Amino acid sequence: MAGVTLRGVKKRYPGGFEAIKGIDLDVPDGDLCVFVGPSGCGKSTLLRIVAGLETASEGTVAIGGRDVGALGPAERDVAMVFQNYALYPHMSVFDNMAYGLRNRGAARPEIEARVAEAAAMLDLSALLARKPRELSGGQRQRVAMGRAIVRKPALFLFDEPLSNLDAKLRARMRVEIRALQRRLGTTAIHVTHDQLEAMTMADTLVVLNAGRVEQVGKPADVYARPANRFVAGFLGSPEMNFLDGEAGPDGRIDFGALGSLSAGAGARAPVSRKVVAGIRPENLAPAEGDGPDRLSLTVDFVEELGAARLVYASREGRRVVVHTAAHGGWAPGAPLALTAAAGDVRLFDPQGGAALG
Amino acid sequence: MQAKRVVFPHRLLPALLVAPQLAVTAVFFLWPAAEALWQSTLREDAFGLKSTFVGLANFRDLFADPDYLVVIGTTLVFSFAVAGLSLALGLAAAALADRARKGALLYQTLFVWPYAVAPAVAGVIFLYLFEPSLGPLARAVGPAWNHKLIGWQALSMVVMAASWKQVAYDFLFFLAALQSIPRSLMEAAEIDAAGPFRRFFTVSLPLIAPTGFFLLVVNLIYAFFETFGVIHATTLGGPGLSTTTMVFRVFRDGFIDQRLGASAAESVVLLLVVAALTVVQFRFVERKVHY
Ligand SMILES: Nc1ncnc2c1ncn2[C@@H]1O[C@H](COP(=O)(O)OP(=O)(O)OP(=O)(O)O)[C@@H](O)[C@H]1O
Ligand SMILES: [Mg+2]
Repeated sequence: MAGVTLRGVKKRYPGGFEAIKGIDLDVPDGDLCVFVGPSGCGKSTLLRIVAGLETASEGTVAIGGRDVGALGPAERDVAMVFQNYALYPHMSVFDNMAYGLRNRGAARPEIEARVAEAAAMLDLSALLARKPRELSGGQRQRVAMGRAIVRKPALFLFDEPLSNLDAKLRARMRVEIRALQRRLGTTAIHVTHDQLEAMTMADTLVVLNAGRVEQVGKPADVYARPANRFVAGFLGSPEMNFLDGEAGPDGRIDFGALGSLSAGAGARAPVSRKVVAGIRPENLAPAEGDGPDRLSLTVDFVEELGAARLVYASREGRRVVVHTAAHGGWAPGAPLALTAAAGDVRLFDPQGGAALG
Repeated sequence: MQAKRVVFPHRLLPALLVAPQLAVTAVFFLWPAAEALWQSTLREDAFGLKSTFVGLANFRDLFADPDYLVVIGTTLVFSFAVAGLSLALGLAAAALADRARKGALLYQTLFVWPYAVAPAVAGVIFLYLFEPSLGPLARAVGPAWNHKLIGWQALSMVVMAASWKQVAYDFLFFLAALQSIPRSLMEAAEIDAAGPFRRFFTVSLPLIAPTGFFLLVVNLIYAFFETFGVIHATTLGGPGLSTTTMVFRVFRDGFIDQRLGASAAESVVLLLVVAALTVVQFRFVERKVHY
């Protein structure tokens, strides 16, 4: 078992492109750490640096307190699941799982016992004689997991292992991987660009953007207190509403024709300043009574989700989305007054997007 | 890859489009083949003035001739040696080129060059290299080398000369096959603690086996039929029968000894061999996935 420590890691590709621009990170032992970020932000590159498939141009990588910079992938005691699974097409499921053990010189009875154990865990026992091409996508995914766990490595590395599965199966495998990792207690780094997958699976969430770490924390904390506008917008679906406004000394945000909201103590500024207010769709609700905290808009259209609905409303070209469980008279064209609790209004610097207060 | 299905409005157009190819096939393949088949049943008198129908007698004589059996044996040894040598060298070079990071393109280009050399020219080059007591390679071997007298040495030389060109061909196909193996597969094997050699023998090689099999058939066909030029330019089938392959014997019987019936019968035998190899190849091509 082992934690992972990255210090000042940078990666420049031969073309001169800097894919990783200096990352410091500590993944505690036994943690399921999720790297999430938009496509091309360097998630795979970072994972491959940890695996030893790519060398860092600068900085150090330590696994279990041991600097692994000079070690090849085989000596780092890691197991990786690739996005396309990378199963050996000419080998049976059994041989796929046994390959790493054989190469490490394990004895035959031990190999058989370990493969049987892993196969039982993943419900693969009946498929051991099949070739990968005779398996469904979900089964292949399990074999790839099996190949990783059978070796009992110090660290799991998962590079978008669920992205080739359909939505239902993905939701199920999410839970299963989570449970498996808990049971084995092995440190794992899981890469995904799916923010839902990231939120649901992570012990520690690492939000990456353009080769940098934007924020590290527990999923709920990162969601509730995003460090900047990028993180706020990236996590959550539909995306957080962003409205330009002006924060006054009284802690109220003035949105001009839309109205105003109070944003709690943190927003108070000695002089008025421009801000971007971020409010999550589920934190907006129809305003009752005629208090001052309200946004006046017109309903554009409604998306029905079954258990809830998304109401799109706008005024003067500024649009907000409301996620609400309430059934209401959301007729297009109808006026709509919305409000939000002061604690749910997050403020960002219009320049740079850093969270304020 | 998915084949695109084209639908023609008329029957005539497709027929017209394939007509040139069919004409070429008819003139340069079907006609001579039929001619050979007919000739193989005839025997000419000593002066070549008149020929008589003799049925399968030419074939009977052929297989009763101990020399012809020796020629078949030589052909088999020669063909499998050429195929084996070209496959082994082509594969080794491709495996190295696949690993090369710097200068890979130069390396690949240089390796393809021999393919542009006509087999007869390759033969002449090897003849020079192995010229007893004068050629650089012959001198390296020492006075023991004399392919003009020693049969197995002559055979080795023509095998090398004939493989020369085919190595480049096999190299290209093997390189393409190796490069089509997904990189993540090799990375997975690397994480699974397989060193470069183990990766090559347990992952790469099984995955390119279909290409290897395809090349084996292509090389055999080449060695059987297209190596006449090499032998003609170097040993003329000698010393003795040691480098006389079936193709070369067709030539000698037909053009030097003027035994047209025997020569025709021999070419019919060759025709059957190539037909058999082609069937093997087609059956293989249809089964695309081998693992
Ligand atoms: N071998 C390479 N040479 C040059 N640039 C590369 C190479 N591999 C990746 N890159 C670049 O590095 C950046 C990060 O790539 P990476 O594969 O890590 O992205 P990612 O976050 O995994 O994206 P995705 O979610 O699409 O998989 C990209 O801009 C990519 O173009
Ligand atoms: Mg990636």
